[in-house]
Amino acid sequence: MFSSSDKQQDDSDSAPLLVEDLTVAYHRKPVLWDVEFQIPKGSLVGIVGPNGAGKSTLLKAIMGLVPIATGSIKVFNTPYRKARAKVGYVPQKESVDWDFPVTALDVVMMGLYKQIGWCLPARRHHRTQALRAMEQVGIADLAHRQISQLSGGQQQRTFLARALVQNADLYLMDEPFAAVDASTEKAIVEILRGLKKEGKTAIVIHHDLQTVNSYFDHVILLNMRVVADGPVEEVFNQENLNKTYGGRLTLLEEVSEAMRRRERSL
Amino acid sequence: MSATPAECAPSLESQSFAFESLVAVSEQTTNVWSQLQRLLFLQDYNTRVVLFGAAMLGGAAGVVGVFTLLRKRALMGDAISHATLPGITISFLAASIWGFDEKSLPLLLVGATVTGLLGVSTILLLRGLTKLKEDTSLSIVLSVFFGAGIALLGIIQQMPKGHAAGLESFILGKTASMVVSDAQLIAAASITCLAGCSLLFKELKLLCFDENFAGSRGYPIVKLDLILMASVVVISIVGLQAVGLIMVVALLVTPAASSRFWTDDLTKMTLISAGIGMFSGVIGAAVSALYPRLPSGAMIVLFCATCFMISMTLGVKRGLLVRSLRRLKINRSIGRQHFLRTMYEVMEQKQQLGLEQSITINDLLPARSWSKNRLATIVSRSAREEWITRIHQEVRFTKKGRFEAERLTREHRLWELFLIHHADIAPTRVDREADHIEHVLEPEIVAELELLLIEDQRELPQSPHGFDHWKQTDDSKNGNQKPNGNQKPSAEPPVSRARTGK
Repeated sequence: MFSSSDKQQDDSDSAPLLVEDLTVAYHRKPVLWDVEFQIPKGSLVGIVGPNGAGKSTLLKAIMGLVPIATGSIKVFNTPYRKARAKVGYVPQKESVDWDFPVTALDVVMMGLYKQIGWCLPARRHHRTQALRAMEQVGIADLAHRQISQLSGGQQQRTFLARALVQNADLYLMDEPFAAVDASTEKAIVEILRGLKKEGKTAIVIHHDLQTVNSYFDHVILLNMRVVADGPVEEVFNQENLNKTYGGRLTLLEEVSEAMRRRERSL
Repeated sequence: MSATPAECAPSLESQSFAFESLVAVSEQTTNVWSQLQRLLFLQDYNTRVVLFGAAMLGGAAGVVGVFTLLRKRALMGDAISHATLPGITISFLAASIWGFDEKSLPLLLVGATVTGLLGVSTILLLRGLTKLKEDTSLSIVLSVFFGAGIALLGIIQQMPKGHAAGLESFILGKTASMVVSDAQLIAAASITCLAGCSLLFKELKLLCFDENFAGSRGYPIVKLDLILMASVVVISIVGLQAVGLIMVVALLVTPAASSRFWTDDLTKMTLISAGIGMFSGVIGAAVSALYPRLPSGAMIVLFCATCFMISMTLGVKRGLLVRSLRRLKINRSIGRQHFLRTMYEVMEQKQQLGLEQSITINDLLPARSWSKNRLATIVSRSAREEWITRIHQEVRFTKKGRFEAERLTREHRLWELFLIHHADIAPTRVDREADHIEHVLEPEIVAELELLLIEDQRELPQSPHGFDHWKQTDDSKNGNQKPNGNQKPSAEPPVSRARTGK
């Protein structure tokens, strides 16, 4: 069914990610309605959709960072909390304060904290591991720079290295291409392809519709619900894009807006 | 409040308040100097214990403060400490009604903890139930709880037994009223907090930096936050006696804020903050012991504030002095870059017009909107830094200066070309736009521009807007406006050549 490599056919039951009728609401305002999809192993998946479509919320719901109203999420056929070690997360760059008093290496080390263990200090081999991940994304020479002195692209690479150092099997990335320079974008694409080659899976929130075709082999069009999902060549077409970004879904938004208004008047 | 701290002193049990008796001696002899000596050389066991307690308290507050500051919860400590007053007074009342020792510190602190936590939960409840922002509910709770505490204090003072005296030390802080067991309690609680924060150092670091990532890795965010808040509660409670509930927040916030000016490293920041806190605690305790009328809280806060002022101005990483020096340096380098490029372009222009190539300062003056004095300053600084040599009015590039000027001109023009072809900016405006950006172009961006714009990458692209300023030297004698800003460009932009690159 999917155009990616052959070896995933046999273990279809250990799909990296299976989401079934997932509904998430913030203060009773629904953000995701009845979301359902499955991700095949070894694929690069782009999630596209307009602002406020619930893309970040979807990733957070998968990792249990936001409470879900209904639905089930299976990561490698188990609940997320059991598969945590196999999942690497790259949050939105804007979600943290880059003025924080740490170096780039410190940030990358954070990906190893679970491995290091509670209350223990990092050891030398952890540091080597982190430096290797930084080399992979091309910022090893910036290891000891304070993070506010990094450019936007370098900050994004730091986040990427922090996820890579975990050596996970499924990566969830929230807008890694947002506001990065061309060479960083190229580097990230290279890394994604490398992951795919190793049979790993990456789910990437993406905002640039023009590059979806060349970067991903699977796409999820999301606007509060899944408008379409599947191989890029099958579902990434004008009709589905219109459905995702166009007016037909505004009814859904209007309803949720009405619910929020009622909530506010209570 | 009728009883002043001085009056309360004799009313307290003489034997248990050994530290107080030290003060009493000092008042009899009025020999502050010998007291100071005893204090400095820690001759007195009680002094040692009290100072040790204050030092531990300050250190722990410094460490916990760093994390609360980075977690942006600094004001929470203030709310907690203010909310402790009703608890203290209620414990006092209850103890005197049921015949316990109403001055027992553990008893008072239990009451303080109860209402302190009650205050925090009220804040969280208010925020959850209503749509009030946190700062609003915080200030409401803070003032209401403090008001209730003051009212209860008034009732206590009206009571016939009237032993409320010691309670004021909880409001303003008074180490002089500390007994050895109090100091031991403070030290023990502070050391516990210190140990907890040191053990959980990397977990708290992660929590404060990136809560989402911590959550995704399975760290219990809520529990870690609770541990941090619990440390704040403990510090505020045991700090009551030394610093007083009004000012204990200063001990949590000020050392942490000061330390940020000195370092970009969290470990160092924590150590510096702990050091400032410790020092402040010791100074406050010592001064309050020598002069019982000076509340130790005020001394601690003032000392913290002094440290903050020094850090803010002199801090080596973010202090005002360092930052303005850095800005000055940047401005100078921008000025120098403008100068070198202008000189290069004027030279190039003269060459094209077939004029003799020596350049005088008068040639340069109309080229940019700089005053005569400013240009003279830049020229002499550039000469000193060996970018140019200067003989009377004539200026000439050194080898290094010429190289640099060529590089700058090249980057400036690349950027101009980019603006014209890729950002649709009119050729007449690009010079000024490029001026702002060219100083921040990094090598990789320059490489990208070269790839995008020119075929022969070693060649210096022509200016897309020409050099009106050179030909119009006579017209723009006042030199206050950059001529090429609103004049028609005389030269055609080298579009054809630039586009063949890609």
